[in-house]
Amino acid sequence: MVHWSAEEKQLITSVWAKVSVEECGAEALARLLIVYPWTQRFFSDFGNLSSPTAIIGNPKVRAHGKKVLTSFGEAIKNLDNLKGTYSKLSELHCDKLHVDPENFRLLGDVLVIVLASHLGRDFTPVCQCAWQKLVGVVAHALAHKYH
Amino acid sequence: MLTAEDKKLIQQMWGKLGGAEEEIGAEALTRMFCSYPPTKTYFPHFDLSPGSDQVRGHGKKVVAALSTAIKNMDNLSQALSELSNLHAYNLRVDPPRFSLQFLSQCLQVALATRLGKDYSPEVHSAVDKFMSAVASVLAEKYR
Repeated sequence: MVHWSAEEKQLITSVWAKVSVEECGAEALARLLIVYPWTQRFFSDFGNLSSPTAIIGNPKVRAHGKKVLTSFGEAIKNLDNLKGTYSKLSELHCDKLHVDPENFRLLGDVLVIVLASHLGRDFTPVCQCAWQKLVGVVAHALAHKYH
Repeated sequence: MLTAEDKKLIQQMWGKLGGAEEEIGAEALTRMFCSYPPTKTYFPHFDLSPGSDQVRGHGKKVVAALSTAIKNMDNLSQALSELSNLHAYNLRVDPPRFSLQFLSQCLQVALATRLGKDYSPEVHSAVDKFMSAVASVLAEKYR
């Protein structure tokens, strides 16, 4: 089980309070598809992904981004049981979606960069540290049920 | 592969930093040591406390190397040849793939905190590709 210090929890929740789930989620997913274009392989039914502008404006990308980040919100409420929280999603990503878990790490890193660009100097090194740990642990939880 | 557009975006972005490059170097290292503690194992001889002169000095070096790389994007292999030797034969940092990945992430976070919206998805993509290219060159002579 992952241990979270009081400081880490505080850093995570204080950043989260400043986040627009819809905006940041959409942006994080769009950036994943732009910066790591091979990830588009999982979204072939999303319509037009032909350029950064198309991706950013794509309503399916926005909606899905929001879904993904909303689930992060659940994780933050359940830091002491991430494996449990993500158990079903993990099975889904393995058995139905066939997503290589490496992609979770990529998305996590992209999310951290999105947070940095929105929060500016408030996204201090210790903030980043807590969030890199969070995205790493979420990625691990999502990969946990793979077989 | 870095396109002409990527190169332009990188040069423009670097130009927007207005002298903050050195600070960014130190900050990227500080972030890296904080978020990825194993990277500290390469600096047992450094004082890694906040504001350390050694970290500041090293950050300057890293940024100077990146500046050189940015001016020579058409020939990274040659421009970074010395550094490539150094990393392969002296420093022997764990294959740069991994460690540069952490430095790349932290450098990008440092850039994003300063540039905000200007660190657009297109710029993000170009910088990520660039840092990958730099890592590949530094790893060229490992074996």
